[in-house]
Amino acid sequence: MNPIESNQLPLDEMLISSYEMSRETIVRGDISKVELMRDTALQHFKTNRFPDSTHEKWKNTEIENLTCEDFVQLIEPAQADRNMDELFRCEVHNFDTEIVSMLNGWYHDSNEKLRTLPDGVVVGSFKAAMNAYPALFEQYYGEIAQNTLNGFTAINTALVQDGVFIYVPDGVNARKTLQIIKMIDLEENLFVQNRNLIILGRNSSLSLMHCDDSINQHSSLVNTVTEIFVSEGARFELYKLQNLNDQSGLVNTTFIRQMADSTVKTNTLTFNCGLIRNTIHINLDGSGAHADVLGLYLMDKSQHVDNQIRINHNQPNCTSNELFKGILDDQASAVFNGYIHVARDAQKTNAYQNNNNILLKPTATINTKPFLEIYADDVKCSHGATIGQLDQDAMFYLRSRGISKANARLLLMYAFASDIISEISIEPLRNRIDDMVKKRLRGELSVCEKCVLHCGSPEKEYHFDIDYSKL
Amino acid sequence: MDNNPNNNILEEVTTGEYKYGFYTDIETEMAVPGLTEDTIRFISAKKEEPDWMLEFRLKAFRHWLTLSEPEWAHIQYPPVSYQDIIYYAAPKKKKELSSLDEVDPELLETFNKLGISLDEQKRLSGVAVDAVIDSVSVKTTFQDTLAKHGIIFCSFSEAVRNHPELVRKHMGSVVPYTDNFFAALNSAVFSDGSFCYIPKGVRCPLELSTYFRINAANTGQFERTLIVAEESSYVSYMEGCTAPMRDENQLHAAIVEIVAMDHAEVKYSTVQNWYPGDKEGKGGVYNFVTKRGLCKGRSSKIAWTQVETGSSITWKYPSCVLLGDNSVGEFYSVAVTNNFQQADTGTKMIHIGKNTRSTIISKGISAGKSNNAYRGLVKILPGATNARNFSQCDSLLLGDRCGAHTFPYIEARNESSIIEHEATTSKISEDQLFYCNQRGIDTEKAIGLIVNGYAREVLNKLPMEFAVEAQKLLSITLEGSVG
Repeated sequence: MNPIESNQLPLDEMLISSYEMSRETIVRGDISKVELMRDTALQHFKTNRFPDSTHEKWKNTEIENLTCEDFVQLIEPAQADRNMDELFRCEVHNFDTEIVSMLNGWYHDSNEKLRTLPDGVVVGSFKAAMNAYPALFEQYYGEIAQNTLNGFTAINTALVQDGVFIYVPDGVNARKTLQIIKMIDLEENLFVQNRNLIILGRNSSLSLMHCDDSINQHSSLVNTVTEIFVSEGARFELYKLQNLNDQSGLVNTTFIRQMADSTVKTNTLTFNCGLIRNTIHINLDGSGAHADVLGLYLMDKSQHVDNQIRINHNQPNCTSNELFKGILDDQASAVFNGYIHVARDAQKTNAYQNNNNILLKPTATINTKPFLEIYADDVKCSHGATIGQLDQDAMFYLRSRGISKANARLLLMYAFASDIISEISIEPLRNRIDDMVKKRLRGELSVCEKCVLHCGSPEKEYHFDIDYSKL
Repeated sequence: MDNNPNNNILEEVTTGEYKYGFYTDIETEMAVPGLTEDTIRFISAKKEEPDWMLEFRLKAFRHWLTLSEPEWAHIQYPPVSYQDIIYYAAPKKKKELSSLDEVDPELLETFNKLGISLDEQKRLSGVAVDAVIDSVSVKTTFQDTLAKHGIIFCSFSEAVRNHPELVRKHMGSVVPYTDNFFAALNSAVFSDGSFCYIPKGVRCPLELSTYFRINAANTGQFERTLIVAEESSYVSYMEGCTAPMRDENQLHAAIVEIVAMDHAEVKYSTVQNWYPGDKEGKGGVYNFVTKRGLCKGRSSKIAWTQVETGSSITWKYPSCVLLGDNSVGEFYSVAVTNNFQQADTGTKMIHIGKNTRSTIISKGISAGKSNNAYRGLVKILPGATNARNFSQCDSLLLGDRCGAHTFPYIEARNESSIIEHEATTSKISEDQLFYCNQRGIDTEKAIGLIVNGYAREVLNKLPMEFAVEAQKLLSITLEGSVG
C-alpha cells in the first residue's frame, strides 16, 4: 500500500503534485494515447480546478464541502485483507449476473484481468484492456469525455487509475447481465478515480448493473467517468444503484454516444449517499436513436443528490424521454437540471422531460431546472416539473378506509416511485429494487442492508402492512 | 419540408419592416459622451436636483464601477463601450409648458406619427399620457383630472422636486442600486421617467400611460419609473416605446419599481417596440431592463403583461416579490423575435409570505434567424406556507433557422407549496393549416389566425387600447401577410 499523504495541501494542489511526483508510476503500462491525454487533461485541471457552488452549473451543490477535505489517493492497488470473494456476493434472488468487482478503485483481481465470456463479450480491467486492445482505445478512448466540462472530468483523465472495460462485438447479445460492484474499504479517506470504457458493436446488446457501495464509515470521494459507445442498431441498458454511507461523495459522469437506430435506457436509483452528483451526457449522433433516461432518488438526513442530464439531439428523427422522481425527507436536498439541446436541422425530434418531487418536511429543499434549447422547427419538445406533497384527496380516500396515516403515506410514496420501478425490464431486479424502495420508505434499509449485496437471504417479498382488500 | 408551399409564406412572414424608424429633427441638448462622476454631476445639475439625489447617483456609480457585465444570458453581442454613449439628451425646452400649444410642433408630429396623440383626442379615449423623449419627460396629460383624486402622475424629475419625501421613501426600495450591473448604471445616470402615486382607497379612473422614445443618435435612454399604490388602491399602467432606425446599436437600461400596499392592485402593461435592427441584424436597441414589483402589503396584487416585439436584444425579467401574506403575482408575456433579434426574457416570482400565489404564462414566437429564450425563477422561501405557482411557457418556431429556448429555475424550500411547470415547443402543425385551408382560409390568413390564437391568452390581459395596438404590432413584426 502506498497512499500519498495529503500533507495538508488543498486537494487540487495535492492531486497536481501527486501527478507530478508519481507520474512514472501512474503512467506505467499506458499506451501512448492514454498517456498523452493525461498531460493535456492535467493542464485543463490546472486552469479550471474543482468547481464550486459559485459556478452556474454547480449552484446549490456545495461540492466545496467535499473538495476541501483531506483525502488520500492510491496510485497502486491496496492489498485486500478481507475475503473479498465473500463480500462480492450478489444475492439478488433468481438473478444470475456476471460480476465484475472493483475495490478501492482498482479492478479486483480474483481470476484474470481480462476475460472473454462464452458469448464473446470481453470484460476486464481498463489497464489490462488498453494493451490488449490498443486499436479500440485508439478509436474510442477519450473521444466523448469532455475534459473541459469540469475539473472532475479533467482530473479523472489525468489520474485515471483503473476501471472496467467492456466490449460487445458486432451482433453479440450478452446473455447475462453484467454487474459492476464498486466497494470502498479502506481505513483512510480515499479519493478514487475510475474510468470505464464500454463499447457496443453493431446490433449487439448488453444490460449492465452498476452498484456503488461502501463498507465502512470512512468518507470517500469517488470520481467516476464512463464513456459508452453504442453502435448502429445496438441496445444498451444501464442500472445504477447508489447506496453509500452518509460521509461519501460520488461524482459520476457518464458520456454516451448513440449511433443510428440504437436504444439506450439508463435508470439511476439513488438510495443513500452523502453527496451525489450524477451527470449523464447523451449524444444522439445517428438518425432513429432513442434514449430513455430515468431516475429515482429517495433522500433523507442531510443528504444531497444532483442529477445533471444533458441530451444532445444532433441528428434528425431521434427521440428521448427523461423522467426523474424524488422524495425528500429531513434536511435532504436535491438538484435536477435537465438539458435538451436540439441542433439545427435535427428535425422530427421528439423529446420529453419530466421531474416530479415530493417534499416531506419543511426543511427539505429542491431546485429543479428543466432546460430546453431548440434550433429546429419541426420538433416536439415538452417538459414539466412539479413540486408538491402527497395528494390530500388520495390520503383521505385511504384514511377513510381505515388505513393508518403512516401506512397511507407509505402507500402513496410507493405509488409515486413505482413509475420508475416498473420501467426496470429485468424482473428479478425489479422485484429486488421494489423491495429496497419499500424498505427505504419505511426507513428500514439498515446499515447491514445498505448495500445491495448484503441484503441477506433470498427472503420473501417485502410487503407493507396494509389490508388491500379494504380499498 | 422542402416542397412545402408554406415556405414562401413563412419567408414573407419573417421579413417585415419597422414602421417607427423615422427620425425627428428636434433641437436637442446633449451631454458630452462618456461616463465619469462629472457626467453625473452634469446630469444632476441640469435637472436641478437636491443633494440627496446626487449622492444616490454617485453611490450607484461607484458601485457600478465594481461590477462587470452579466454574461449568463443566452445572448451574444459585441462589448458595449460605455464611454462612447451620450448619457443625457433632451429636446431643448424654452420654458415650462403649460398648454399643448407650446409643445414643439415637430414633437407633436412625432407623437402623432406614433399614434400617440397628446392632444384633445386623447381626452376622448380617457388615457393619461406621460411622454418621455430621449431622456426627458416632455408632456404629461390629464394631470388636473388625476389631481382631483389625489393621484400624482408626473415626470420623475417633477416628483423629485415636488414630492421628495415619497421619492426618497420608495426609490431603490424594490430595485436597489446594488441589484445588478444595469440597475446600478441606471441609478447613476437616469435622466427622467414617470412617477405615479395612488393614495389610499383610490381606484384610478384612467389608464395611465407612458410613451418612451429614443430620438437622438448615440444616446442611451435610462429612464426610471416608480409606482406606489397605497392601501386598497388600483391602477392600470401602460408603457410603450419606439426608436428611429439607426445602424449603430443604442442602449436602453431602464428601471421600473412598483410598490403595492395592503389590498392594492397594480396592472403594468408594456408594448415594447424598440427598433429591432435591420434584416442583416445591423443596428437596433439593446434593451437591458430591470423591472420589479414588491407586493408589500397583505392581499396585494401585481400583474405584468408584456408584448415584446422590438429591440435587437432583450434582457428583461419583470419580477414580483410576494412579501405580504396572500399576495398575488402574475406574469403574461408574448415575445416575438425575428431576423437576428435575441430575447432572453422571463420573470421571477419570489414567494416570501404565506398563501402567496403566482401565475406565469409565457408565449415565445421565433422567426427568421432569431433566438428567443424564456428564463424564469420561481422561488419558495421557508416561510411561504401554502404557496402556489403555475407556469406555462410555450414556444412557437416559424422557420428552421431560429431557436427557442426555455430555462426555468424552480427552487422550493417549503413542503406545503405546490409548483407546476410545463412547457412545449412546436411549430404550426400541418394539421392546423390543413384544417383552415379545408374551410377556405388561405395559408397566410391561417398562420395569422393561429399565431393570434396562440398569443390570445396574453393579449386578453392587456387593456383594450393596448390590445389593439399589440395585435397590430404582432402582425407588423411577423409581417408578410399575417394579421
